[in-house]
Amino acid sequence: MTETATEPTIPAVDRVIIRFAGDSGDGMQLTGDRFTSASAMHGNDLATFPDYPAEIRAPAGTLAGVSAFQVQISDHDIMTPGDAPDVLVAMNPAALKSDLDRLASGGTVIINRDTFEERNLAKAGYDYNPLEKGDDLKGFRVISVPMTSLTKEACKELGVKPRDADRSKNFFALGLVSWMYSRPVKPTMDWIDAKFGGRDLVVAANKAAFGAGHIYGETAELGDQRVIVKAAPLESGTYTNVNGNTALAWGLIAGGQLSGLPIFLGSYPITPATDILHELAKHKAFGVTTFQAEDEIAAIGSALGASYGGHLGVTSTSGPGVALKGETLGLAVSLELPLIVINIQRGGPSTGLPTKTEAADLLMAMYGRHGESPMPILAPRTSVDCFDVAIEACRIALEHRTPVMVLSDGYLANGTEPWRLPDVDSLPPIKVTYTTEFNHKNADGEDEYWPYLRDENLVRSMAIPGTPDLMHRIGGIEKEDGSGNISYDPTNHAKMVEIRAERIQRIKVPDLEVVGDPDADVLILGWGSTWGAITSALGRLRKDGHRIAHAHLTHLNPFPANLGEVLQNRTHVIIPEMNLGQLATLIRAEFLVDAKSVSKVSGQPFTAGELETKIVEMTTGEAQQ
Amino acid sequence: MTAIMDNEVVPETKRADWQSDQEVRWCPGCGDYSILTALQLLMPDLGVRRENTVFVSGIGCAARLPYYMNTYGMHSIHGRAPAIATGLAMARPDLDVWVIGGDGDMLSIGGNHLIHALRRNINVNILLLNNQIYGLTKGQFSPTSEAGKVTKSSPAGLIAEPFNPVSLALGAEASFVARTHDLDRKHMQEMFRRAYEHDGASLVEVYQNCNVFNDGAFSTITKKDVRDDMLIDLRHGERIQFGSEGQYGVVRRDGGVEIANVADVGLEALLVHDETRQDPSTAFALSRLAAGPTTPTPIGVFRAAHRVEYGSAMASQVAEVAAESGKGDIASLLRSQPTWEV
Ligand code: SF4
Repeated sequence: MTETATEPTIPAVDRVIIRFAGDSGDGMQLTGDRFTSASAMHGNDLATFPDYPAEIRAPAGTLAGVSAFQVQISDHDIMTPGDAPDVLVAMNPAALKSDLDRLASGGTVIINRDTFEERNLAKAGYDYNPLEKGDDLKGFRVISVPMTSLTKEACKELGVKPRDADRSKNFFALGLVSWMYSRPVKPTMDWIDAKFGGRDLVVAANKAAFGAGHIYGETAELGDQRVIVKAAPLESGTYTNVNGNTALAWGLIAGGQLSGLPIFLGSYPITPATDILHELAKHKAFGVTTFQAEDEIAAIGSALGASYGGHLGVTSTSGPGVALKGETLGLAVSLELPLIVINIQRGGPSTGLPTKTEAADLLMAMYGRHGESPMPILAPRTSVDCFDVAIEACRIALEHRTPVMVLSDGYLANGTEPWRLPDVDSLPPIKVTYTTEFNHKNADGEDEYWPYLRDENLVRSMAIPGTPDLMHRIGGIEKEDGSGNISYDPTNHAKMVEIRAERIQRIKVPDLEVVGDPDADVLILGWGSTWGAITSALGRLRKDGHRIAHAHLTHLNPFPANLGEVLQNRTHVIIPEMNLGQLATLIRAEFLVDAKSVSKVSGQPFTAGELETKIVEMTTGEAQQ
Repeated sequence: MTAIMDNEVVPETKRADWQSDQEVRWCPGCGDYSILTALQLLMPDLGVRRENTVFVSGIGCAARLPYYMNTYGMHSIHGRAPAIATGLAMARPDLDVWVIGGDGDMLSIGGNHLIHALRRNINVNILLLNNQIYGLTKGQFSPTSEAGKVTKSSPAGLIAEPFNPVSLALGAEASFVARTHDLDRKHMQEMFRRAYEHDGASLVEVYQNCNVFNDGAFSTITKKDVRDDMLIDLRHGERIQFGSEGQYGVVRRDGGVEIANVADVGLEALLVHDETRQDPSTAFALSRLAAGPTTPTPIGVFRAAHRVEYGSAMASQVAEVAAESGKGDIASLLRSQPTWEV
């Protein structure tokens, strides 16, 4: 095994999409992750898409148990993990059966031949062996390798038991694919040392398996398969590879630092949001307190209690959790306290598809509470963007004393991309002001404290417990504007309802930027994680001569002030969404624009290809001039 | 309880300093009045600052109490007060956080939060005002209503058995559990003070008369003329003995406890109350002496045992990590996973 990444004779390709698929127990996520890291170190641009089942251990060998990891690596700027994989690694028949459809025509399948025996074939629903019969594999290049036996063979002399050696076969696959794509070897060796350090046999077995895979490529006349994907001309700087949940957690920590407030996270475990709890729990050094509550309601309740005490309360969850938090959100709206709710959306309703992505909670975020109960809504567009959006959420929550909903999704949560690390010193501080002195005089001219006295942005005064003299009571019952005393007065209630609506509308959000051909007749309006697929699709369409404008919303409430203008004078406004048209509903209602939606609700993100086709279909004749 | 962290002398206060300017709006004759008075009279004696005191409540008649205290306060939503108070107490260990709620609020819709607050032993003082009925919604049975009770929502008689709040709290690992009643201000104040002084979660069940929807629910045991024979006053380190002549006592029997005539068993046989016992079994057995507030019923502190307080334990974890790894720095946080230079 030698460092081969720089051999000059290997032909170069500009990008490749690889999908590692196997049984949940085969370690495909880890394999994909390692390949990704090696590629990141090599300087490629990349995007990943872990696609795994909800069950921790679905029955081995079945279709339900297939776990896959897709990664696109390239020598140029890319936005998505790619549409159709060029290479499918299928560790068992179920993986082949479930993922072969996705493979690009003429693509390569790398198969672990050892698993294609009767029992596994039957479990996958094959009544024949596709390696021998049928035309499932017609039109693909098939590299059929006895990975299990070669791994066992390689481990034999190390004294590793065959059963244990079997567990290293994913490293064989990784070694082979690493050879094919000329990935640097050393980072993976170092990683094996670090990860399995202390378990010498495991280290040796994994390295041996990796080496065997690498050698297999060299010796099995796969030479013509070997390519290199050169480093992408990325802007210079320090990079790391980050997924959305980690970036979001770090953004919250940064928000705490920028505001000088301790972060309090109240959370209840729920897929795909739990990693935020895990990540924040690690960072006590930043004054972060994490509290695993008894349920979703206690999670938000404790966060609200912490906010009331002057900390920055955060709660992280997914759609079902937001449903449970609804009543407390109403309270937070009424109390006008800062609070951040992170919703990592997943397929719904109900338990739905816990590990699959969807973005169908927009209307719930907008309207899913009793009474008129508006709150700001933000949606990150990429994994990296989760960092900035989390900081923006902190800013709005604290400066405007309001709960804020962040709508990420399963796709961003787990997908990774390289991140050119920002200069953290340049992040603007977040202003938090608590009232410490009387702010009103009663009829007798005596000093008093009015918690609902407002500034020019309608933000109320807030004195936190512990502040001498300003003792006061707040609650969910309607209160008189200004004094905050309980009030059942009809006019006051009407006024308060309007103030609560108006104060959210007064939040300043940046104007919506229009990219592509800003004046084109066709506007694609997106929000959230569809950004990558839309951007890629439009890149291709524009290359083909289509003139299309693209605008992407981060702020969904309030909308950017120029949104109405951006929508005007378009022949087509097309809104791709991973729901049945929720943003389209809002846009049509608010702007009376004939927006059309492109929906996808299969638990899978949009591919650029399908958007491309859809957009052409919807605009043909009018868009193509 | 409490954790006052400043060394300055706390200015003296009077009852009036603890009364807010809000008009008290319970039904005339409601037991809540005497509970409020007991609290407002006790606060000056505790030597605490009003600004460091917070009352958090949910929904129900009892939950109106924070409005009447001239402290910080939050009247939140049904059942959630223990959860909100938990976050506040964790974030602000310098505050004295009190939670007020009724039996519906705390044992029905908020039961989960109550048991977990007790289990964690978070530093809050929980006053459970038990009137065995839903008052604010005008008279439905509650989780402490007796079986057979006829209410608007159980016209043919309530089928289910009630919770015994003291048993429930002990089962939830509560480190401090006490019971008192609204006709005895001194006893209430003593229990509230003990709750305040306890480090960790404390639960005080207060038998509270709802004279509109469940009048006299406790009068069989709490009225002045029957008290001596019907209330068993638990005193740490003392024999459990009651009755106008001290003629009754509590003895161990068959793994539990029961009431006996002192004349029959002798003074020496009486159980000596130890509220600090780590094993809650005896406290639990005492809580089972009366099936409901109609037969001789123990009041006082059932259990006041030492357990690690959640908030301070969490705070020291945070401090330890900070001491070990130094103050966090965002630039290095972003570099905590593998990085590369371009
Ligand atoms: S309904 Fe009952 S508990 Fe409520 S205020 Fe009236 S008397 Fe008191």
